[in-house]
Amino acid sequence: MRREFHAVVLLLLGGVLLRLTITGEYVNYVRSGLAPVLLAAAAVLLLVAGATLWRAFGGSETRDHHAHGHGRFDVAWLLLLPVLGLLITAPPALGSYSASRSGTVLGTAQPERRLPPLPDGDPVRLSILEYASRAVVDDGRSLADRHLTMSGFLLPGADGGWYLARLVVVCCAADARPVKIGLTGILPDGLHANDWLQVTGRFAPDTERDPVNGEPIPYLQVAAANPIPVPAEPYAS
Amino acid sequence: MADRTGLTVVTRTTTTPAEAAPGTAVEPTRRVRPVEVLIALLAVAVVGRIWLADTTFALPVQAWLTVFVAIVVQATPFIVLGTLVSGAITALVPPSFFTRVLPARHALAVPVAGVAGVVLPGCECGSVPVAGALVRRGVAPAAALAFLLSAPAINPVVLVATSVAFPGQPLMVLARFGASLVTAVLMGWLWLRFGRPEWFRPTLRRHPEGAGTVSVFLATCREDMTQAGGYLVLGALAAATLNVVVPPGWLQAVADHPVWSVLALALLAVVLSLCSEADAFVAASLPQFSLTARLAFLVVGPMVDIKLVAMQIGTFGRGMALRFAPATFGVAVGVSVVVGALLW
Repeated sequence: MRREFHAVVLLLLGGVLLRLTITGEYVNYVRSGLAPVLLAAAAVLLLVAGATLWRAFGGSETRDHHAHGHGRFDVAWLLLLPVLGLLITAPPALGSYSASRSGTVLGTAQPERRLPPLPDGDPVRLSILEYASRAVVDDGRSLADRHLTMSGFLLPGADGGWYLARLVVVCCAADARPVKIGLTGILPDGLHANDWLQVTGRFAPDTERDPVNGEPIPYLQVAAANPIPVPAEPYAS
Repeated sequence: MADRTGLTVVTRTTTTPAEAAPGTAVEPTRRVRPVEVLIALLAVAVVGRIWLADTTFALPVQAWLTVFVAIVVQATPFIVLGTLVSGAITALVPPSFFTRVLPARHALAVPVAGVAGVVLPGCECGSVPVAGALVRRGVAPAAALAFLLSAPAINPVVLVATSVAFPGQPLMVLARFGASLVTAVLMGWLWLRFGRPEWFRPTLRRHPEGAGTVSVFLATCREDMTQAGGYLVLGALAAATLNVVVPPGWLQAVADHPVWSVLALALLAVVLSLCSEADAFVAASLPQFSLTARLAFLVVGPMVDIKLVAMQIGTFGRGMALRFAPATFGVAVGVSVVVGALLW
């Protein structure tokens, strides 16, 4: 019985993993490049579960008579917790709550590196991470005199101001670290934390220090800001 | 919880798990069958989904759930990989293979096994079932433990990730490799010298004599996936809780202190339970800490963290894991400090 029970648990786990990957919801939890790995894992889980059930009920293997139960708690039950969590609530991607709890990261920019010029375009599309690195590494010289546009979610600042932030994920949401930029200029009314915005503007020479880790947070002079839906890939990597 | 009902109805036997060899176990007279509980849980899921459809949880609860699910989803492929390797070792590799390739003297087998950790790409979740399988195949526990500790820290995937995260600091890769390997070998030798066999109770599984290769492989995969997976869930619950509960500012307070900063980051590595492929990026995002403190973070993380200790308890038994983890923590911090002092 233990054998069949384990097979059913693995079947459920593999099934949920498969569904998560096919629907694309997995990007709320792990980095987007992991899809093939997750599919492979789901396939192995389903195969092991399927082969076990087939051999148990297809009659090609003797029933396992020895009950391993012993009255001891079987930790396999715990695997149903994430399965139920995903089936019942499917928790959303991390956002401003987590971003407010960690210090900003500027990626792995090297101070001495000469930055390549910005790509063409008016406005130039940039990621928040790219903007923040350029603004800090060479004091924004490569950003000057250009219209820039970028998107992220809103994070309330200490004194009624707003940051635009993006979470960088290397493996899974547990290692999410925010990149933050400050917004100055005209912002629309009725903004809420966690709203996604696309902003267009110019480099602003101000910086402030993130109270959590003391790293610099550069500013953007906003000319236009439009609400956008949550993007297909909520995390940057 | 539904699973408790599954236990309380079981007629307890006096047989302890260690004594209950296959065939001697006593059939419980009446128990709620797992299938019934499973059906009940799925019914709860369907009802819960309708009921909770428009409910949004408080932000910390949402973040907790997301981090919990994320740790499990991310670790599952690595557990599956480790399980396949473990299943293959159990079903295909005869015990004589390891006595041939490993030096007969255990003191020499330890460093060889430590260096062999280079070959298992992936993070720490995968190496626990593999180490368990090695012990079952007759590898000296001290050598298997050295492998367990070194594999997640010194494999090429992790070293490349470390060099990407610390672009201006090539020494960090070297320091991580050296300190992790030294710690793993020291722990193996310490186990040889002070370890007692009675602490070490790997879950022994005897397969019926003459069972086919496929049966053994399937049984090993199933056991490893559900047991390592179950303990992973336990660890993920704890790690997600601490991830959400630990106040954000507390690290800043100790960053400048030479001793507290090292201990703080070593403890943070235990608490966060990050994947060893990701921890270098988190260490890089803590520039207010000394390189030595961040090295301790990188050396401790793949060897001792909450989810790993939970999985080790499942694989090697509580008596072993609860002695091994604090000792490893101490040795890892000590080695990191020495290496840091030599390099920086």
